[in-house]
Amino acid sequence: MTGLVAHALAFAPGTPRRIEGVNLGVAPGELHVLLGPNGAGKSTLLGLLAGDLHPARGEVVLDGRSLADWPPMALARRRAVMMQRESLPFPFTVREVVGLGRLPWQRDDASPAEQRKVMLALEQAGAAALADRRYPALSGGERARVQLARALVQIAADDAGDQDPTGRYLLLDEPTASLDFAFQHHSLITMRRLADRGVGVLAILQDPNLALRHADVVSLLDRGRLVASGPPADVLDAERLSAVYGLPIEALSRPDGSLAQLIAGSER
Amino acid sequence: MLRLPAALLLPALVVLLTAAVALALTLGTVSLGPALWQALAGRGDDVAATALLELRLPRVLLAVLIGAALAESGATMQALFRNPLAEPGLVGVSAGSALAAAIVYTRIGVDNPAGPWLLPLAAFAGGLATAALVIRLASTDGQTRLVTLLLAGTAVNAFVAAIVGLLATRADDPGLRGFTLWMYGNLGRAGWPEIAIAGPVLLLIALWLPREARGLDALLLGEAEARHLGIDVERLKRRTLLLAVLATAAAVSLAGIIGFVGLIVPHALRLVAGPGHRLLLPASALLGASLLTLADLAARTVASPAEWPVGALTSALGAPFFLALLLRLRDRAGLT
Repeated sequence: MTGLVAHALAFAPGTPRRIEGVNLGVAPGELHVLLGPNGAGKSTLLGLLAGDLHPARGEVVLDGRSLADWPPMALARRRAVMMQRESLPFPFTVREVVGLGRLPWQRDDASPAEQRKVMLALEQAGAAALADRRYPALSGGERARVQLARALVQIAADDAGDQDPTGRYLLLDEPTASLDFAFQHHSLITMRRLADRGVGVLAILQDPNLALRHADVVSLLDRGRLVASGPPADVLDAERLSAVYGLPIEALSRPDGSLAQLIAGSER
Repeated sequence: MLRLPAALLLPALVVLLTAAVALALTLGTVSLGPALWQALAGRGDDVAATALLELRLPRVLLAVLIGAALAESGATMQALFRNPLAEPGLVGVSAGSALAAAIVYTRIGVDNPAGPWLLPLAAFAGGLATAALVIRLASTDGQTRLVTLLLAGTAVNAFVAAIVGLLATRADDPGLRGFTLWMYGNLGRAGWPEIAIAGPVLLLIALWLPREARGLDALLLGEAEARHLGIDVERLKRRTLLLAVLATAAAVSLAGIIGFVGLIVPHALRLVAGPGHRLLLPASALLGASLLTLADLAARTVASPAEWPVGALTSALGAPFFLALLLRLRDRAGLT
C-alpha cells in the first residue's frame, strides 16, 4: 500500500501533548493540510509521522513499510521534513544550507548537476535571489523559504536514479508562518505543483482559508484527536470550526453555493 | 568577509606549516642553519645531532600533532554543541587531567619508581574518566542531551577545580611548582617513547575527524534536521565526542593544558573558509599545528635559556585575538 499512513496512533496519553487514536493517511499526489487550535497536537503528530517521536501505540507506515524498518538514508531520499523552529548559528550561505538537503544522495555537491538542483529548488521556493546571502543574516520569512527549498531539493529526483517522484513525501510544519501574503500563496502553489507531480505533501497551516483555497484534504485536530478529515469544503464547516476554536466563525458562499471564505469573530 | 577557496587556502596552510616546522627545527639555544640538514641526514657533529634528534625534533613533532588535534577537536565540539564558543574542556577532560596531575605532583611525587610514565598515564586516565562521568550524567536511554552535557560539565569542572585548589594549598613547594608548570603546558616534557605511543593516536584522530565533516555540517542545522537527512545522530555524536575527548586527553597528558588553540583556530578559519567542515577540519589541523609550533618556538627562544610555559603563551596571545574578533563581529549581528 502506498502513502504515508498513521494507524491508531497514540502518544503521551494523559499529558497536554497527547495524541489519541489518530488514523491519517497522506496519499501520493495529495496536498493534505493539518489544521487545529494551538496546542491541539499538530506538531506532535507531524513529529510522529516524521519518526522524531515514537508512538506509545499504533504505527506509522511509509509505502507499506513501518517507519522504524526504513534505513535512515533511504528514508531521507523519500521524505523531507521542514520544522517550525530553526536556528543556525554559523555563517553558511543560503546555497550551502540548501545543498545540505542533497546529503542523503551522497553525490558530489559541487557538481553542476547538483548545483542546478539547488538553484531550481531555490526558485521553486521563491528564494533564488537569496542564493549568495549568509543564512544567519536573513529575516524569518526569508529563512522559511530557504528551509522549504532545502526540503524540496532533498526529495528532488536523482539523475542517476528513478525520475518518478511518486513515493516521495514532504512534511511541513507551518511553512507559511512569517511569510507575507504573496509568499504564503506562492509556497502553497509550489506544494500544489509538487503534489500534481505525485509527491504526497502534509502541511500544518493556521489559516483555514489557505487550506480551503489550496488543499485536497483537510484534517482537523483538536486536543490530540482527529475531529474531521476529508475535502476542505466538508471539513471546514463553520459550526464545527466555531466549536473547535471557541470563536464564532461565519462562512461566506459564492453565488453557486460553494464555500468561498471563513470569517472569524463576527458577532451578529 | 570574502571566502578563500579550498584550492588556495589548503596549499597556503601547508606552506605555513612547512615554514613553521623548518624555523622551529633551525632556531633555538643552538642555531642550526646548514647543520640541520646534515644532522637530519645522520651526518654532522654530535652536538647538533643531539640537539636536533633528542630535543628539537620530538618537540616540534609533538607541537604539530597536538596543535592539529586540539584545533580539530575544538571545531568538532563547536559543531556538536552548535556553539562557536565550545571546546573539549567543556566536558571536563582538561579538569580531570589536571586533578590527576595535581594528585601525582602533590601526593605521590614524580620522583618514584613508576618514573616518567605515571604522570602522563594518570593525566590521560583522569581526563577520560571525568569526561566519561560527564557524558554518562547527560545520557539517558542511549541519548546524549547536549544542554545537560554542558550543565553537567560546568558542575563537574567546578567541583574538580575545587579539589585541585584544595590539593594545591596543602602541597609542598616543589610539588606545587611542578604542578603549576604542568598546568600551563610544556611541550619539552615528552620524549620519544611517549610520542611513539600517543603520536599515532593523535595522528589517527586528526585524519579521522575530517571524515565526519558532512555529518557535522548537518548537525549544525539541528539534531532533528540531521536525522531527517538520514544521519544516525546519536552515533555521530558519540563517535565524534569520543574522538575529541581522546585527542584532548592524549594532548593534555603529554603537554599539560594548552588553552585557546581549539577555540581560536576554528573561529578564525570560519571567517575565511566558511563553516563547512570538509574544509574547516583539515584547515584547522594545519593552522593549529603551525600556530602551536610557532608558539612553542617563541616559548623556548624569547627568554632563552629560560622557557615560558607554552600554554600561558597561547592563552596570552589567544585571548586578545579572540576579543578582537568578537568586537569586530559584535556589530554585524547574526554573522558570528
